[in-house]
Amino acid sequence: MDIPARQNVPASPDQAVSARKVRRTADPAFRLLVTITGVAVLVVLGAIIAVMVNGGWHAFATFGPAFLISDAWNPVTQHFGAAAPVFGTVVSSALALLLAVPLAFGTAFWLTALAPPKVASVIGMAVQLLAAVPSIIFGMWGFFVVVPIIAHYVQPFLHHTFGHVPVLSVLVAGAPFGTGLLTAGFILAVMITPSITAVMRDVFASMPAVLRESGYGLGATRWEVMRHVVLPWSREGLVGGIVLGMGRAMGETMAVTFVIGDSNHIGWSLFAPANTIASLIALEFPESPAGSLKLASLLALGAILMAISFVTLWFSRWLLARGESTGRRV
Amino acid sequence: MSSTSPSLMRADRSRALLVRRQLSDRLATGFGWVAMAVVVWMLGSILWTLLRNGLPGLSVHLFTRSMAPPGQDGGLANAIVGDILQTGLGVLLGAPAGLLTGIFLAEYGANNKLARMVRFVSDMLLSAPSILIGLFIYMIMVAPVGHFSGFSGSVALAILAMPIVVRTTEDMLRLVPVSMREAGIALGAPKWRVILFICLRAVRGGVMTGILLAVARVAGETAPLLFTSLGNSEWSLDMSRPMASLPVAIYQYAGSAYQDWMQQAWSGALLVTFGVLIINIVVRVGTRGGRA
Amino acid sequence: MNTGVQATGSTQASLSGSQESGQAAVRSGAEAVGVAQVATLPMSEHDEQLARPAAMEVRGLNFYYGTSHALHDISIRFPERSVTGMIGPSGCGKSTLLRVLNRMYDLYPGQRATGEVLFDNQNILAPGVNLNVLRSRVGMVFQKPTPFPMSIYDNIAFGIRLHERVSRSEMDGRVEDSLRRVALWSEVQNRLHSSATALSGGQQQRLCIARTIAVRPEVILLDEPTSALDPVSTARIEELLDELKGEFTIAIVTHNMQQAARCADQVAFFYMGRLVEVDSTPRMFTAPREKQTQDYITGRFG
Repeated sequence: MDIPARQNVPASPDQAVSARKVRRTADPAFRLLVTITGVAVLVVLGAIIAVMVNGGWHAFATFGPAFLISDAWNPVTQHFGAAAPVFGTVVSSALALLLAVPLAFGTAFWLTALAPPKVASVIGMAVQLLAAVPSIIFGMWGFFVVVPIIAHYVQPFLHHTFGHVPVLSVLVAGAPFGTGLLTAGFILAVMITPSITAVMRDVFASMPAVLRESGYGLGATRWEVMRHVVLPWSREGLVGGIVLGMGRAMGETMAVTFVIGDSNHIGWSLFAPANTIASLIALEFPESPAGSLKLASLLALGAILMAISFVTLWFSRWLLARGESTGRRV
Repeated sequence: MSSTSPSLMRADRSRALLVRRQLSDRLATGFGWVAMAVVVWMLGSILWTLLRNGLPGLSVHLFTRSMAPPGQDGGLANAIVGDILQTGLGVLLGAPAGLLTGIFLAEYGANNKLARMVRFVSDMLLSAPSILIGLFIYMIMVAPVGHFSGFSGSVALAILAMPIVVRTTEDMLRLVPVSMREAGIALGAPKWRVILFICLRAVRGGVMTGILLAVARVAGETAPLLFTSLGNSEWSLDMSRPMASLPVAIYQYAGSAYQDWMQQAWSGALLVTFGVLIINIVVRVGTRGGRA
Repeated sequence: MNTGVQATGSTQASLSGSQESGQAAVRSGAEAVGVAQVATLPMSEHDEQLARPAAMEVRGLNFYYGTSHALHDISIRFPERSVTGMIGPSGCGKSTLLRVLNRMYDLYPGQRATGEVLFDNQNILAPGVNLNVLRSRVGMVFQKPTPFPMSIYDNIAFGIRLHERVSRSEMDGRVEDSLRRVALWSEVQNRLHSSATALSGGQQQRLCIARTIAVRPEVILLDEPTSALDPVSTARIEELLDELKGEFTIAIVTHNMQQAARCADQVAFFYMGRLVEVDSTPRMFTAPREKQTQDYITGRFG
């Protein structure tokens, strides 16, 4: 640090002038450089959106608004619609949240209220590592470990139990392949649980200890403190974390592609093979030549996915920011 | 651990209520333990599956031979090297951009509108579906030239790596105490020098953490490479041509019906996962539990 | 009720007196803080209160944070319906002792206590003591006001609901009664269902006291309850303590010696994890037995 400072110490009036000159131009230049880089980030996102919308325009123009509600996906007749993959995306993500939220909440509760600190830091680390596992590994694990379990145990059991109950029988219908919406939802749940847990844990931990102690001071149990003091305090942060997890689930590709079953039909069975937007793009892209209507449809789906994840992220940021400002007020 | 024995119980208090409260506390506690166990089990199951299926295939050939048709005793050497090249170039492109953007946000964008937008968009890119990044690069870098390339894969990875570096750089720079900046300015150093040589140097550990996490993140990415570098079964160091990468090779092999390809897919998965996890462990233990 | 009002009046008088002369008095040595006023109170009043049976009694208590020995062989009585002031420099162990009395330290692994703390004829340090019940009988008020993120009404109802089943109308009565006792009712009766976090600091602290007494504990522990408040709010809390001691046993940790002199029946001086001296307030401030005590209350250190 000494060396650059000393370089700035002028030895003669001449050098002083030139040093000042450099400073006068160097600072604005640096400022310009970082600003341009920042703006480039905006440009990248803008370009992504432009490319998707522009590329997908052919599909929007061909099918009109019907593209959004049509469940057709027929390369032979050149009929494409977004409904089936959008349905698959929403349902698999919803199933994932249904499984992941309680799991993440329980783990965060355990980490912040039940575990001895040393053990908590080790388990906390394990949770972080789970979040770092590449998504294709979840796909392989899901396909080779989870799918057989679902095919051999879960689905037959559910079919046997609920197969004759009206309404529920629809949910468990279908051949026991083990792939489908439920499996995809489960794998996605495994993937997003760590990140939801991490947000929940941070939110819980950011609560002032003395507020927690006040709860205990009245004779509340750990669960009562969690339920009546911590939860109301951190509500917005929690929802923000959950929405963030949902965004991840909806955009996930590789893990889903392995286990979703690749079918473009809307079915109510949890075990029906389906597709999400991301898995459909991954699976269909290789057979979509440049300039084809199919590629345009895939790009249009990409634009829809972009829009969904944009709204989701915006919503979660808003909630998390609101949670923080409420936190400061307390 | 409190016990249910109602010692100290006062006559004017309901014993039944206390028992019920403690029961619900026990249930919640039990649920917390079960949830934690499930999460740990999932990680354990994944690692165990990888070790059991991947270890038997770890051989010298895996690292020395290129991919080959089934039955010809190939390896993953070209995929490993391709992965390293694309990840390396991707981070080399993405990290400086992320660093500069992080500096912009922390040092020049106190709270102006442009900075808020850049911050939001960077977060947006951080959680944007990676397959869309691949699709985007395909449209602008692959379709116009008519062929896939390792270079386009690197650019896709760079877009994924950049926001991670932006986030950690900004967070880290904000931790630099004002007094340190003032000390630098008092010495007569220009602002850019203060930022680069004092602030950034003070938090270089944290910034490195961000870059390493970016490496870990993109090294295991598959989706953005599917449409950009595509994969290549030949040995190739030419980044202007299609290039193999470990995750794409795993994807290709895992979906096959050949025993030896399957074996290599598992071994490759083991390599990728442990590589990524080791970077994560080193980074996190190094920063003592700091969650970057 | 009558005596309460009288006591309030006298505290106010002594308060205004000591505020004028306070700082000077501390420096002037043996004629310590507010002692003139306290000393004029009949000595017998304190002694009579201190002669009552102990609501809580600590015997041979040692406390450890991990391997560091924070409290050494503490023995002290907390007589029923009296105020015990605990003073001493930062880190002397007074807050630690307070957190032993409701076993708040149990929340943190690595902290442990040996010895005896007798309450209702039981050693509350013994295993098997139900902490939820203990804490409902030994309430605590913290340095910073800690309203829960819920309405004013629910802040008070929360504690009651934990331990008792009460009807809606009974609950309304209990909430009103608790708020009246801390003189907060008139200020908040029209906004019972708005957020408690919108109250001022002093109001929040009184709400926290109301929340604590609503559970009807026998002992109330206060950990520097006024250190985050302005002088007016502080004075109101001190008045409140004087009223509350008719019903509750109070232990208050304070940095402010004038506060100890004004509020306490007995004062305990802690230094480096040891209880140096405990005596009735007038004796403590006029004729401390230990030199360390004298040095501290005359402001020579700490």
